[in-house]
Amino acid sequence: MEEGKRVCALVVDDDRLSQRVHAALLRKYGILETEVVENGKEAVDLFKSGKTFDLVIMDLEMPVMDGSEATRELREMGVTSMIVGVTACEVEAEKAEFMRAGLDACWDKPLSGSAIIAMLDELAKKLL
Amino acid sequence: MLGLSVERLRADMNRLLALLFHQGVLDEQFLQLQQLQDESSPNFVSEVVNIYFHESEKLLRNLRALLVDKEFSDYKKMGTHLNQFMGSSSSIGAQRIRNVCVAFRAASDQNNRPGCIRALELLEYEYCYLKNKLHELFQIEQQRILAATVRYPMQQQHHQQQQQQQQPNNP
Repeated sequence: MEEGKRVCALVVDDDRLSQRVHAALLRKYGILETEVVENGKEAVDLFKSGKTFDLVIMDLEMPVMDGSEATRELREMGVTSMIVGVTACEVEAEKAEFMRAGLDACWDKPLSGSAIIAMLDELAKKLL
Repeated sequence: MLGLSVERLRADMNRLLALLFHQGVLDEQFLQLQQLQDESSPNFVSEVVNIYFHESEKLLRNLRALLVDKEFSDYKKMGTHLNQFMGSSSSIGAQRIRNVCVAFRAASDQNNRPGCIRALELLEYEYCYLKNKLHELFQIEQQRILAATVRYPMQQQHHQQQQQQQQPNNP
């Protein structure tokens, strides 16, 4: 990650445990500004309020608005942030549909350190 | 004496962890959690595990409530609870619990109520086992931290005595 560039991340997940672990993983790899919301609608509302994030970690299964719908809506709004889906779902068809919603990548839960590194490498290329 | 106690407690912790890994109760994801613990989050592992316990007990109650009803047919709801349980168990490295959830979900997908009941009983057993072992682990860790803290006042006293011996005598 380029020095001096403060990367902001948004974790979108209804599961408290995933929220803590993903935020801690991001902090460990240098993303010091992380916000957490509990569903897709809260994520969309944040962007609508004018906030921007370089990286969004989007869970698939959430109440109110799931990850697919939120991703679609964000892309329709013109959001170009890197959106990475995460899911514990093992059905390939559902993961493929999640990707088609507009994700940059989709990873299985739980996220690992190497997954975060891969995401940040892609993000660094995107930000250059 | 206290030094030996700290080392013995550390060895006890490592032995317990090795056992849990050997039994397949925990997997490398638990190690990842430990690596996320640092000075800014000194209790990260116990905080995350406590969230897991809280959420799991809710899910187990929900699953039991569904299955207690002989007319139960909402397997979709059961699937949602199981997906959540699988996800959170994977997140803390609770491998055996996750595997039971997979089998449970297979029974649920087949609308197999007796299979689901058996799976739930096994899930409750595995959860109790994990909870007891992790409590044991955290207790040993607390004792180790306490033993290490108690050491330091003695070291300080020794240092002060050394300094006094080095000071020149006043007439």
